[in-house]
Amino acid sequence: MVIFDFLNKQSVMNQSFFRVICVSVLSLSMWSCAGDSDEVVNIYTHRHYAADQELFARFTEQTGIKVNVVNASADELIQKLELEGANSPADILITVDAGRLYRAEEKGLFQSFQSDIVNRNIPAKFRDPDGFWTGLTYRARIIAYSKDRVNPEDLSTYEDLASDKWKGRILTRSSENIYNQSLLASIIAANGTEAAEQWAAAVLGNMARDPKGSDRDQVKAVAGGEGDIAIVNTYYIGLMLNDENQEERKAAEQIAIFFPNQADRGTHINISGIGVTKYAPNKENAIRLIEYLSEEEAQSVLANLNFEYPINSKVETASLHKSWGDFKADDINLSILGEKNSDAVMIFDRVGWK
Amino acid sequence: MELTKLKYYWWNKWIGLALLVVLVITIPILTLFFNIFDPPGESWSHLKENLLYDYFINTLLLLIGVALCTFFLGVSSAWIVSSYNFPGRRYFEWLLILPLGFPGYIMAYTYTGLLDYAGPIQSFMRNSLDIQVNGGIIDIMNLPGAIFILSITLYPYIYLLSRASFSQQSKTLQEAASLLKSSRSRTFFKVALPMARPAIVGGIALASMEVLNDYGVVKYFGVNTFTTGIFRSWFSMGDISTAIHLAVALMCFVFALLFLENLHRGNSRYVSSNPTNKPAEKSNLSKPLRYLMSGICTFIFLVSFFIPFMQVLNWVFLTYQKVIDREFFLLIYRSFALAISSGIVIVLLSVILLYALRLNPIKWVKNATKVAILGYAVPGAVIAIGIMVPVLELDKYLASHFSSDGRGLWITGSLFLVVFAYVVRFMAVGFHPIESGFQKVGIHVNEASRLLGAGTNKTLFKIDLPLIKPSLFAGILLVFVDVLKELPLTLILRPFNYHTLATKAFDMATNEMIAESANAALVIILTGIIPIIFLNRLIRVRNI
Repeated sequence: MVIFDFLNKQSVMNQSFFRVICVSVLSLSMWSCAGDSDEVVNIYTHRHYAADQELFARFTEQTGIKVNVVNASADELIQKLELEGANSPADILITVDAGRLYRAEEKGLFQSFQSDIVNRNIPAKFRDPDGFWTGLTYRARIIAYSKDRVNPEDLSTYEDLASDKWKGRILTRSSENIYNQSLLASIIAANGTEAAEQWAAAVLGNMARDPKGSDRDQVKAVAGGEGDIAIVNTYYIGLMLNDENQEERKAAEQIAIFFPNQADRGTHINISGIGVTKYAPNKENAIRLIEYLSEEEAQSVLANLNFEYPINSKVETASLHKSWGDFKADDINLSILGEKNSDAVMIFDRVGWK
Repeated sequence: MELTKLKYYWWNKWIGLALLVVLVITIPILTLFFNIFDPPGESWSHLKENLLYDYFINTLLLLIGVALCTFFLGVSSAWIVSSYNFPGRRYFEWLLILPLGFPGYIMAYTYTGLLDYAGPIQSFMRNSLDIQVNGGIIDIMNLPGAIFILSITLYPYIYLLSRASFSQQSKTLQEAASLLKSSRSRTFFKVALPMARPAIVGGIALASMEVLNDYGVVKYFGVNTFTTGIFRSWFSMGDISTAIHLAVALMCFVFALLFLENLHRGNSRYVSSNPTNKPAEKSNLSKPLRYLMSGICTFIFLVSFFIPFMQVLNWVFLTYQKVIDREFFLLIYRSFALAISSGIVIVLLSVILLYALRLNPIKWVKNATKVAILGYAVPGAVIAIGIMVPVLELDKYLASHFSSDGRGLWITGSLFLVVFAYVVRFMAVGFHPIESGFQKVGIHVNEASRLLGAGTNKTLFKIDLPLIKPSLFAGILLVFVDVLKELPLTLILRPFNYHTLATKAFDMATNEMIAESANAALVIILTGIIPIIFLNRLIRVRNI
């Protein structure tokens, strides 16, 4: 090993060895410490959208409060909050699902807060009645269907997806994902556990392939002809239609949107929600951030950059949403999505919907 | 080094220190086995009924599938490269090792992106060739796909070990076989292959450990294994007890593997008794056959490294402007710093263990040190669970007794814990180079120094360590690369807001930002390739 011979020639290496160790041990301890300075707000969020970065930057500009963001799945975040207990540095928890909001509340991870601004901007049905959390945006879980191969007259309800005419034509993602879990939770709430289990089994039987991939993959699979209809969230369609990759855009253009259950309870919606953590060190700043996010400016960014439905009704409807038209939303109490979550997960396991 | 059964020096400070190290390292495994007696959590019976069978079958099929595929890929390429002359042979020698630098999960995203609807292959077929491809045909996100991905990233282990074995087989053996009129293929099957058996089995065992450790590939492809079950129980259900039960079940697989490998090795003698072997000559082939050999190697290289690497470069080119910012460099700095420190700590501890053994070559000391390196066989997720459980208790205890207001989290979620976990897991990686370094140097210089009056400490720092400097360097480097690639353990134990290149790449890919994740992936791959180049030089210089 000629390469290493030069090392042998240096006699100072022994001293350097110790120095290297000392330096690395010291630097190891340094990283563990967080740097603190003026006003901050610490966010634990499950949201991974670029629009959020934009909003936090604007918030810091306007208020001078620095936003520290920690990204992880809601499950991980809730775990960490529990473990950290009173010592947690987090001020805010943001989830992309009402079910996880409910779970965090149940575990006593939130503290209730009052804000007139929030009450004014956000309708009561999107807020926890006890003030533990509030929604930021909502999204619908709709049916995206192939324009060429599906007659929209054939579509009606989620329950109808269990019928034989859809055999081998349905595409959707894994049951591991909370969007599907919450959808099933809403069906349990509407029709009961037994009927929901039969529904899940039937839909699984109608699938064109094993549930896998993301919501976007389902849309691409429809475009590719693997299936005819996909159960996906609305904002992914928006994101695909505006993607840099031309192939993504072409795929999204081949499908159209259908809002199920318009004739009865309405389409299943879910919220991306936010709450102040129980031991928040910067409670004031946290409430200010929540208020900022509820105002028209922020809501408009979320609607136009990320294609989520804004919770603030004063915001002008985004053009994409206009093209889809208004729809009736299921106005079930969102906490139920959390209450029924474990039932939903067990149903999925029992019918084998992976 | 000779082992003696004489009990001279049955205890001294070096042995004491070494035993302390071994004890601390084995805590996670011991914890698991103590906790198995706790009643399982609520989700256990549900899991047992609905999911356990899946976990078992999928894990088993993965193991068998990867073992078979890596066997074929590794042994055939090793044989071709060591026995025949063909164009490009010198390059393929090390090109075929490169896939080792590609972590499995990155290979998984890359291939998914390659074969995706919006990816280059399908787009090309649709737009230029006007063929509407049914995505179902080249769907890779399933069990066979996982076997494929794991095989192409792990076959280099078998390739390396087989190649070393084939090359070492002496010329005399080959000449004897051909004198006895054995055809080339008969020589291969009857002589070369059986003699390489321990190396091949060792390689497959190593690859199998990696399969059991994998989380990224199986999670991404939706294959449910024990490791994904551990993650699910721990994170989604908050059920530590069930996670522990699954971890123990996974360890049973590991023990079964180790047992089978040991059993197979037994007491057979596979090595030629003649110490001065001339390496076998490489035979010449007819022209078409030579090009066939090149073709086979090229194909393997393309599929296992070149094409996915090109895709990664392509994605980096498309997204580097968005992704590479101050945050990204911070990410690199953190990952490198963590990896280097872990390397240094592991090498330090290995030196302690090996020096104790060096001074006291007693059998029970040797066995004790062997226990310390078992961690390599334990899946990262299992180690993480094994560490978390006692540390949480320790933190609660510390907080209640020493904190002014009864709260505090000193150890949980700290980098110290992560480094400790890396030590448990990668001890073997630093241990082996230093072990062979000490072996090559021999004990006599050390004894001479001590005879002249220098104590054991002085001898270590002034004589032994300088002599094995290349081994120390190699140890740090190898640990560095392994830590950089590590995923499941880091995912569970990392401090909050602390990403490594690996966790960042995984995070981005699972959030549908595959192209952006390629930037972090590229750094991992490039750093993984460096030791491979060194490794190849090392093997070549030793005339293997």
